[in-house]
Order: sequence, then structure tokens, then C-alpha cells
Amino acid sequence: MRKFDRYARRKLLSRIIAVLTGLCVIAVLYPLVSIVYESFALGGAVLFQAQFLTTQAPNGCSVIACQTVGIGPAVQGTLIVVGLAAGISVPVGVLAAIFASEYRVRGLGRAVSFTADVLTGVPSIIMGAFIYGYFVIYDPQIALSFYTGALALSAIMIPIVVRTTEEALRVVPNSVREAAMALGISKWKATLRIVLVASLPGVATGVLLAVMRAAGEAAPLLFTLGYSTLWFTSLSHPGANLPILIYTFALSEYSNQVKVAWGATLFLLILILVVNVVSRLMIHRMRVRMGGI
Amino acid sequence: MNPTKLKVDHLTAYYSEKAAITDVSIEFPERAVSAIIGPSGCGKSTLIRCLNRMHETVVRTRVEGQVLLDSEDIYQLDPVRVRRRIGMVFQKPNPFVTMSIYNNVSAALRFNGRPSREETDRQVVRSLQQAALWDEVKERIDAPAVSLSGGQQQRLCIARALAAEPEVLLMDEPCSALDPIATAKIEDLIKQLKTEYTLVIVTHNMQQAARVADYTAFMYLGKLIEFGPTEELFERPKDSLTEAYITGRFG
Repeated sequence: MRKFDRYARRKLLSRIIAVLTGLCVIAVLYPLVSIVYESFALGGAVLFQAQFLTTQAPNGCSVIACQTVGIGPAVQGTLIVVGLAAGISVPVGVLAAIFASEYRVRGLGRAVSFTADVLTGVPSIIMGAFIYGYFVIYDPQIALSFYTGALALSAIMIPIVVRTTEEALRVVPNSVREAAMALGISKWKATLRIVLVASLPGVATGVLLAVMRAAGEAAPLLFTLGYSTLWFTSLSHPGANLPILIYTFALSEYSNQVKVAWGATLFLLILILVVNVVSRLMIHRMRVRMGGI
Repeated sequence: MNPTKLKVDHLTAYYSEKAAITDVSIEFPERAVSAIIGPSGCGKSTLIRCLNRMHETVVRTRVEGQVLLDSEDIYQLDPVRVRRRIGMVFQKPNPFVTMSIYNNVSAALRFNGRPSREETDRQVVRSLQQAALWDEVKERIDAPAVSLSGGQQQRLCIARALAAEPEVLLMDEPCSALDPIATAKIEDLIKQLKTEYTLVIVTHNMQQAARVADYTAFMYLGKLIEFGPTEELFERPKDSLTEAYITGRFG
């Protein structure tokens, strides 16, 4: 009889644990699923209409027939500012990571990693405010421009690129470095053309992650790239971009602009999803290739 | 005994403050195979890594004494140039995983100079032939290096080292990760290579030393105990420690 009690208790306990963990899984999945669902439900029809990605944003309007097309300039602006930021952060981040992990200057490597970790934790709005503050004092002409926007975004991207590149370089076995050195290949050639090439899928993954993070950031752009609904004219002017368009239109009193915000949300979401899947495939490919040794 | 190619003169090598080998002096003869034997941790790998300045690539290491290549102290030369003249094969096959067979063998040529395509082709074929691998890979020279078996990968690493046209080839336990058949192939190869190169091979396997080496050095606790013609060392060891080791009383 006692034996049976214990058995029943154990079974009950294991069932409770199973239910609890199941509930936690739902709690984790719910936000993602509901975001994706809502975006499709409210933004789907808007996103997939002709010219949504190629025209300027609409004026506010609340009649049924008013137009809901137009995130063209925001897509264009996001591409330009993120492209510029990648142009700054990828070389700087990759070279800093190479220095930290390949050239073992005492303590400096750890200092670079630590700095990158701290920078990752700095709220992104502070990056924007800081850069705006600096330029307002020293070069107010371009305080609100693509230049400062790109700087603010690269401040967010650099630590991500540094950390993922360091990680990717660490995956390359030390025997590869020794093999290169023993052939009389100079350190910089071995690093750039053998070690870095071997870690390229990992580095590319990091770059994509950083790009996606930057593409979705509104806070650092509030003070730097600013807000516009117009097509790009000059790097030294403020520009349109997706996150701030979503931020502005989502709070709009006009129903057509709110719809556009949903369409833009869905567009960003799909973009990030695609890049995520691609980067995961790349990691997988790298693992397979590295598994050969 | 052939003239000396590589002369180690009162060499002491440190990891941090700990000396892994102490006051080692040894003269490796030209165009011959010299083996270094001894129990684990006796410093044989450290010694061989000092011969092409690989020891110093590990952080906080230090070397005292001299290593003379044709009477030039390699510690006074540029380490990169030293390693082009003194090649090395490691314990585990370490081909460049991202490269094809062809690109592995031609790595030293391509990265260290700008040779013509024909020159590179010729050198790749020659090195693969020397490493007794050509016949097995000539049909798939552009296949990934990792598609080869372990023993083939090790011969690929030998070909890769030979393509740099070294004068001396160092081998740090080149067969320890291989099966007996692959080991036999590498041993045959070692015997052939000594007609052109000076070879120094570290092995924990006494039988292997007896099979391939013309000269053998026995090391114990970081010191060189005895160095001489292999036959003499195995049959009439001068030192009682050597005798104890080769008769299997310890190690």
C-alpha cells in the first residue's frame, strides 16, 4: 500500500512538472506568435499591395478610401543608414576582434572583450543622445543627418561584431595557426588569409545579426537621423527610416497611417526572420566544415 | 657520420619560470634521420619546437642558448625565414580545412611569393610525389583536404611542408594519431626523404626509432642523456638510464 502511494506521488509530481514547463514554453512562444499573427492580420493586406515599398508615406486621412501606400523613403533611408553604419562597424569591429584574439598583448585582449560587453549593455538611446550632443556643439550643421545616424548605429553594431568575430576566431583550432606559422607564412597573412577565412561564416553571421539589430533600432536615430517622409537627397540631411516611421505612424490619429505602420512592422519582421534563418544556416555550414578536423 | 646540419648548443627552454629542457647540446647530421625518444614529459616536443622557433609562439616562453643552422644562429634570424628553411609536421594532421588538396600543398608558395601557375603546378606535383600521395589524389586534386583519410592527411601535411623547399624537416610524433598501415607508409617515406633532407623526428615509440632513425637521442626529465648511432644506443647504451629505458624498466 505504502509503495503504491509513493508511486502515485511520483507520477503526480512528474505530471505537475511537465505541465509547468509546458506553461513556460507557452509564455515564451506567446509574444512571438502573437506579434507575427497580429502583424500579418493587420499589416498583410497593406504590405502586399502594389507600390507599398516604392512610394512616399501618405498624409494623414481618416476616410475609408484614403491611401495606405508608401514606406519607400523609409526603406531607402534604413538601407542607406544601416549600410553606412555597417561600412564603419564591420572593419573596425573585425580588426578589433582580430587584435584581441590573435595578437595576445597582455591584458589588452580581455580589455577589448570587456569594453564590448559593457557597450552592448549601454541603452541605445544614450548612444544617439551622446552623438547628437557632441555634434550639436562641434558641427551643428550635420547633427541631424545620415552621418550621425550611422555613427549612432555603428556604436551599437561594433560590440556585436567584435564579440561574434572573437567567438568565430576561437572556433578555428590552434593547429591551423601553428600549421601556417610552421610554413613560414607571416603572422598577418596567416591571420587574414587563413584564420579569418576559416572563420568567415561565423563573422558573416555576426555582421548580419548586427545589421538586423541596427535596422530595427529607433531610439538612437531619434536624435541623429531624425524624421522625414521624403526620399533621400543628401547624407547631411535628416532622413526617413523604418523604426521611426513605425513609432510615429503607430501613434498617429489617422487610421491610414496606423495601417501603414502595421505594414512596415510586418516588412521589418519578415526581413529579420529571413536574415535569422540565413545566418543560422551559415552557422550550421561552418560547424559541418569545422567538424572535419 | 655526415657533417652537422643543425647544432643545438647549451639550449634551455622555459614555460614561464619552469625549464622544460635544460642545457641540451646535440648535433644533428645532414641527410640523416635523427630520432628523439624518451618518456612523456621529458621535453622532446619542447626541444623539437625550439628548432624552428615554434616554442616562442606560446605565450610566456623563453629560450637560452643557441641553435645553429649551417653555423648561423637561428635565434639571430627572422623567425618567419627560419621556418621556411626548417619545416615541421605535427602530431595530429592539421591540413587547412577550408582549402582543397592543391591549395594546401601550394599554400607556402602562394602566401610567401608570387609564383606562376605552371611553377606552382610543378611544385605541387613534385611535393605530392615526394610524400607518396600523388597516385592517390591525382584524380581529385581540387577535392577538400578533409575528404582524405587520417594517414593521407598526414602525408598531405608532409607534402605541404616539402613544397616550401625546406632544408630540414621536423616531425613531432607524426604517427601517433595513425593506424599501423598508415604508420608503415609514413615510415617508408621518412627513409626515402633522408636522401634529400635532414630529418629530426620525435617519437614515444622506441621500435619506430629503431626502424627509421640513423641516430637516436634519449631524453629524460628535460635533459639529454645520450645521443649516438641508433644501433649503438639500443645495443650498447653508455648510460644506465638509457639501458633501463630501452629495456622497458621504466617509461
